[in-house]
Amino acid sequence: MNQSRTPGKPVKRVHLAAHFPGVNNTTVWSDPAAGSHIDFASFEHFARTAERAKFDFLFLAEGLRLREQGGKIYDLDVVGRPDTFTVLAALAAVTEHLGLTGTINSTFNEPYEVARQFASLDHLTDGRAAWNVVTSWDAFTGENFRRGGFLAKDRRYARAKEFLATANELFDSWRSDDLVGDPATGAFLRDARAGAFTHHGEEFDIEGRFNVPRSPQGRPVIFQAGDSEEGREFAASSADAIFSRHSTLDAGQAFYADVKGRLARHGRSPDQLLILPAATFVLGDTDEDAHEKAHEVRRQQVSGQTAIAYLEHVWNRDLSAYDPDGPLPDIDPAPGENTVARGRASVRMHRDPVAVAKEWREKAEAEHLSIRELVIETTGRQSFIGAAATVAETIDAFVQADASDGFILAPHITPGGLDEFTDTVVPLLQERGVYRTEYTGSTLRDHLGLAEPEEAPAR
Amino acid sequence: MPDPAPDPRSPGDGPLHLAVAFDDAGWHPAAWRDPSTGPAAALFTARHWAALVAEAEHGLLDFVTFEDSLAPQSARFEGPDERTDQVRGRLDAVLVAARVAPLTRHIGLVPTVVVTHTEPFHLSKAVATLDHVSRGRAGVRVRVSVRPDEAAHFGRRTLPRLTRETINTPEGQRAASELFQEAGDYVEVARRLWDSWDDDAEIRDAATGRFVDRDRLHYIDFEGPRFSVKGPSITPRPPQGQPPVTALAHSTVPYALVGQAADVGYVTPHDTEGARAIVAEVREAQAAAGRADEPLHVFGDLVVFLDETAGAAAARKERLDELAGAPYTSDAEVFTGTPESLADLLLDRRRAGLSGFRLRPGVHGHDLAAITRGLVPELQRRGAFRRAYEAGTLRGLLGLARPAGRYATARPAEVTAS
Repeated sequence: MNQSRTPGKPVKRVHLAAHFPGVNNTTVWSDPAAGSHIDFASFEHFARTAERAKFDFLFLAEGLRLREQGGKIYDLDVVGRPDTFTVLAALAAVTEHLGLTGTINSTFNEPYEVARQFASLDHLTDGRAAWNVVTSWDAFTGENFRRGGFLAKDRRYARAKEFLATANELFDSWRSDDLVGDPATGAFLRDARAGAFTHHGEEFDIEGRFNVPRSPQGRPVIFQAGDSEEGREFAASSADAIFSRHSTLDAGQAFYADVKGRLARHGRSPDQLLILPAATFVLGDTDEDAHEKAHEVRRQQVSGQTAIAYLEHVWNRDLSAYDPDGPLPDIDPAPGENTVARGRASVRMHRDPVAVAKEWREKAEAEHLSIRELVIETTGRQSFIGAAATVAETIDAFVQADASDGFILAPHITPGGLDEFTDTVVPLLQERGVYRTEYTGSTLRDHLGLAEPEEAPAR
Repeated sequence: MPDPAPDPRSPGDGPLHLAVAFDDAGWHPAAWRDPSTGPAAALFTARHWAALVAEAEHGLLDFVTFEDSLAPQSARFEGPDERTDQVRGRLDAVLVAARVAPLTRHIGLVPTVVVTHTEPFHLSKAVATLDHVSRGRAGVRVRVSVRPDEAAHFGRRTLPRLTRETINTPEGQRAASELFQEAGDYVEVARRLWDSWDDDAEIRDAATGRFVDRDRLHYIDFEGPRFSVKGPSITPRPPQGQPPVTALAHSTVPYALVGQAADVGYVTPHDTEGARAIVAEVREAQAAAGRADEPLHVFGDLVVFLDETAGAAAARKERLDELAGAPYTSDAEVFTGTPESLADLLLDRRRAGLSGFRLRPGVHGHDLAAITRGLVPELQRRGAFRRAYEAGTLRGLLGLARPAGRYATARPAEVTAS
């Protein structure tokens, strides 16, 4: 029955995780079903649903400055989000198994503090913490921090790598037997060197004693997000999982093969790094129904104003005078550095704006598309559209075909966007025998099939 | 001596306010060896802290504080020690507070943050978020660090060498003053960031496609000698508007911080006359900061060992002292006795102008329950403490009004449809 099986190849288990829909351009806030993205009740509902679905983990993105466009705060998408660590710690109180993954920047933080927060989170979740290590370089975000925009762009992975290495030294500075706690003898610590560390590097010159005992997972699970050459190398050398963008079959397979192929060079095996692309979905009673809904969701995601704003990213100039339901501008993008949108990663994706504009104009003319229709056509579409059976089969097929090890699903509605998936797709994946029916372990490493990191040798 | 006239600056002139400070297994260094303390490893679990906070909430306390530091605890003032017989290691206080927030409904949660080495932007959004997840029960205690070992964990700055002796020299006072001024800037930045979103900034106006009204979001543009912060916050204004800011103060320099920047100051008088003098000094600092008419609580800090008889309490402390190898002393007064005699003392001190107390249990496993099940009923019998939670937020419990956003008033008045 399962066409997705390749004879002779072991059947892979599908990993699923949930990205809380907040400040993403895929989040629909105008729908009557859209709730608060700040109230804890939303996070609680979302996390409980993900746990009911036996997901591996919940994922939170990060932003450290409100986005701007044309020198003003960008107001067309969801704006504002709570602090990652604080929300994850609170969610630990209302879940038992679900992994809790936080995106934390290595640029505007210091290793001692972040390592301490993650080690604390791992204790407070009984071993469910994960860290998505990201980098930033822009002075725009830096204006909110002591160090400002100090980091040269080409230093960001150097700092990230050293940041993570330093954090690992801190995680490893306690052995699990350092904490004795014998009231009769009065030995709280095995010896006074528990937590001792010294790190003298390019980015960090620090020493002393780490003050959180070894946590249940030893170290949090490490995620990397980012698709550049340096990002892929960083993941292959240092991460447990990679949060990627490639959610089509071909692109997914190419990325999967490339990244898994890098592991051997770092002395690692392919099962030591999970590839988990971000994915969106729209479900319907039938495939046709789902496609209709998907079109409606796209129209909710791309309002007329949003379409103009998106076009401005490419044109690098004010296009507010244009009618979103009219034709594309016949003027060319403004040359030079793109200064229209700030605090937004997607701007970097358009390498040659004049060529992109030409291509889009031709497409719009050929297909008689308005600005809004063009943007709907051109920008990201839903990864999985269909009836539950179709979506279950497709997800399974992607995983068995090595396009990924699973997906980090980003629903478009807060907080109920996972409900239908949980009730309809998950049981079908379970029936196919590729997805857990119960959690079999207690830590996130257990869920992901990752080994415990080795402890430092005894002192 | 008759009670003085009600002091308008002291919002708790009516009922007494009561907080408990949590640190390790209790404030006595041998507390972890007391039979009432569970396994030492439990200190690093959520269950342990959840149980303590639940007990404090059972006792209707205003709030709990969680100690924190960016280095292991030490018996020495100015740096690390080599001891292995005391608790070393602790979890991040903001995370502990957040972890227990969904398990509680009424009690205030006040983590300590070290302002000398952390980013005000991060702190501001973390405390705002604690306020969101606790639905209005967050506060924060700001702490300055003078320890060189904490600075060496960050490697970004060299701190002046301050010891118990040198801190009272003119150079020591200058150096301390700088650190506390930085803390003042830190609180100012946190408050501006909390105000940087008007309460009604999220408009979800489908007609114009706008999720927020960006005219209701504000750059704070703070420039100071140690940091500058542009803003606005990424986290919308917290339920309390501004979660209460608290600080511990032992001398003139930190009294200035309390006077300038705090909603609650913790002080450490050792008798009623001392309390009166300290309160006067804090009020002076408050006036000097131009806040003479604003509410500011001054809480007395006390370490407490409570038993049914004074002798039992003293004997229990002595046994712990023996285990620790030295008599326990503290910056705060150390009280051993019965809940009844503690109630006498607190009510006497209140007449010196203190509006509440932050009690530091000698041993959490023993003295916390003595506070909630002994002291609290005794205070209730005397009509000096609440019999039920009467407000949903920490500000509400403390009698502090919810502040209006400072930038919101600058907006031209809107025509409101009626």
